[in-house]
Amino acid sequence: MTYSPSAAPLIQLRDVHKHYGDYHALRGIDLEIKKGEFFSLLGPSGCGKTTLLRTIAGFEAPSSGSLTIDGRDMAGVAANHRPTNMVFQSYAIFPHLSVAENVGFGLRRDPRSKAEKARAVAESLEMVGLGGYGARAAHALSGGQRQRVALARALILKPKVLLLDEPLSALDKKMRETMQVELIKLQRNVGITFILVTHDQEEALIMSDRIAVMFEGNIAQMADPETMYRRPNSRRVAEFIGKMNLLPATAAMERNRIVVDVAGLGRGAIEPDQAPSGVQPGATTVGIRPETLSILFPGETTDRRLAAGTVDEVVYFGDMTYYDVRIPGVEQPLTISMKNLIGRPVLDVGAVTQVVWDERSLVVLSR
Amino acid sequence: MGILDTSPRVRAAALVAPPFLYALALLAFPLIAIIVISFWTQSGLALNRVFTLENYREIFSSPIYVWGNANRWGVLPLSLFVSATVTLVTVVLAYPIAYFVSFVVAPERKALWLFLITIPFWTSYLIRVFLWKVILGFNGVVNTGLQSLGVIEEPLSVLLYNLNSVIITLSHAYAVFAILPIYVALEKIDRSLLEASQDLGESRFSTFLRVTLPLSVPGIVGAVLIVFIPTIGDYVTPELMLGSGGRLMSNVIQTQFLQLNNWPLGAALSIITMLAVGIVSLVFILLNRRWLRGRA
Repeated sequence: MTYSPSAAPLIQLRDVHKHYGDYHALRGIDLEIKKGEFFSLLGPSGCGKTTLLRTIAGFEAPSSGSLTIDGRDMAGVAANHRPTNMVFQSYAIFPHLSVAENVGFGLRRDPRSKAEKARAVAESLEMVGLGGYGARAAHALSGGQRQRVALARALILKPKVLLLDEPLSALDKKMRETMQVELIKLQRNVGITFILVTHDQEEALIMSDRIAVMFEGNIAQMADPETMYRRPNSRRVAEFIGKMNLLPATAAMERNRIVVDVAGLGRGAIEPDQAPSGVQPGATTVGIRPETLSILFPGETTDRRLAAGTVDEVVYFGDMTYYDVRIPGVEQPLTISMKNLIGRPVLDVGAVTQVVWDERSLVVLSR
Repeated sequence: MGILDTSPRVRAAALVAPPFLYALALLAFPLIAIIVISFWTQSGLALNRVFTLENYREIFSSPIYVWGNANRWGVLPLSLFVSATVTLVTVVLAYPIAYFVSFVVAPERKALWLFLITIPFWTSYLIRVFLWKVILGFNGVVNTGLQSLGVIEEPLSVLLYNLNSVIITLSHAYAVFAILPIYVALEKIDRSLLEASQDLGESRFSTFLRVTLPLSVPGIVGAVLIVFIPTIGDYVTPELMLGSGGRLMSNVIQTQFLQLNNWPLGAALSIITMLAVGIVSLVFILLNRRWLRGRA
């Protein structure tokens, strides 16, 4: 089963708080996660995302509030009796057991025969791409292989929910990218609800059906990746996810339209959905993503809006070049990302240029 | 030319020389001497330096040392039995203490707890043995206490001057040596493994059996060897706690050397004891290797 937005909620959290002494780790979490969904908890370290995951797993008891999984209240239900399984950040592979013994660890009470269990273990290893590794000693595996063993070990129990605690953070970049794609495929194949904890916004955008961004024990915004990226509801979310240029602006209502006067760029009318946290007439802030701005290279023309500026900084990435362009009247230079297409030069610092912008890419961030 | 100007090899040799000579003088030479003397014989006050296996023949033909008879065990098997019992008792009692300090005590208190565990060591070994005599003796703390409570009428004689008292005293004396290696092994266990086990459906108790206990085996093996090897050679405790009644290997060896003035026989008994301990330890290490092969 794949995720559909109308599916019934599998996990429900109502006003969940967690205190550690004086420390308030979770501050009233309300959350519904649907069946078959790939859900990510994204936030900086210390935001409470791991505490929330461990609360769902049963390793932490909430100080107040309720948690139900598949309609069943989880209060007082220990981790070993919950329909959840976890892939730990350290993978927690048992060093004294072989790969097959690790994967079959949770099958002890399974009524199936020894041969059937062995077949299940082999299939599970096959599924994560470790077919034939069963007899190996667990301590002889590489990081990526350990992660696959941890996945196989959790998925063989067919949990309702698979919890992943920063499973990719210990891998190198190449391996991480491979595993991201494999995890998405795996999730679609098995149809199990995945909850991923990560501090890597790119990872959350790539993998998730929905993302909850957390700061200081609160969920700041919960949305699908595209909404999260294009319509963040606060400056903080906007700056946490990707790069966002923030510019001071003045908002006004004119003939039932919202018009913002952006410092250094000019006036533009916007749609209501471009102000996800609402808008009040007066001083405000607008955000604009680097890739929605562009530089007008010599010889190019446009009928879009223009602003003059000088190149302050050039960062060359190979496929892309990032420019910081200073616009008169704006304190912070604008960051603009440009694809290095054929015939496009890389400008030098100090070059005088024109910035092309569009009011459709503005987002008003009143918080 | 100073020593610092010479080659690294010479410098290393020079640095190692003092402890090496020390070990040679106090460990290797006495050991070689014991081996050599065990093949000699005593003739009056002098040693007869003709090579002979007479001492070993004596040991293996007499019922005293190895074989025993219908009424009593040989001294060597009895000593091995006492050591094995002491080891078992010590490790079984030490494990919960090590587990408690490692898993229950807050991290910032662990050093304090380990420090407290070593407190009995501030008292001399000899004095601790005497204190156990006071506790277990005919008019000791246990007997007078039980008598005043009316539990017993006559003082119990099973407490002192038999193997029980040796086992109690030695188990107490070697407790720390068992606690520390087990504690270290438990500390090394990644706590997320225990959570993983629970996550996979095991209760806390079955997690202990399937994860904690197997992963602490190296610590248990260390504790067993550290307790077993010295207790078999322990001389003071059996000497004081057995009274005139019994003799363990160390006492028999001491008697041969210092009272009966039969150094060669004492030396041969020492060699036999060392071999027995060596074989038992080796078997244990090999079993452990097999158990840990491709694991930990």
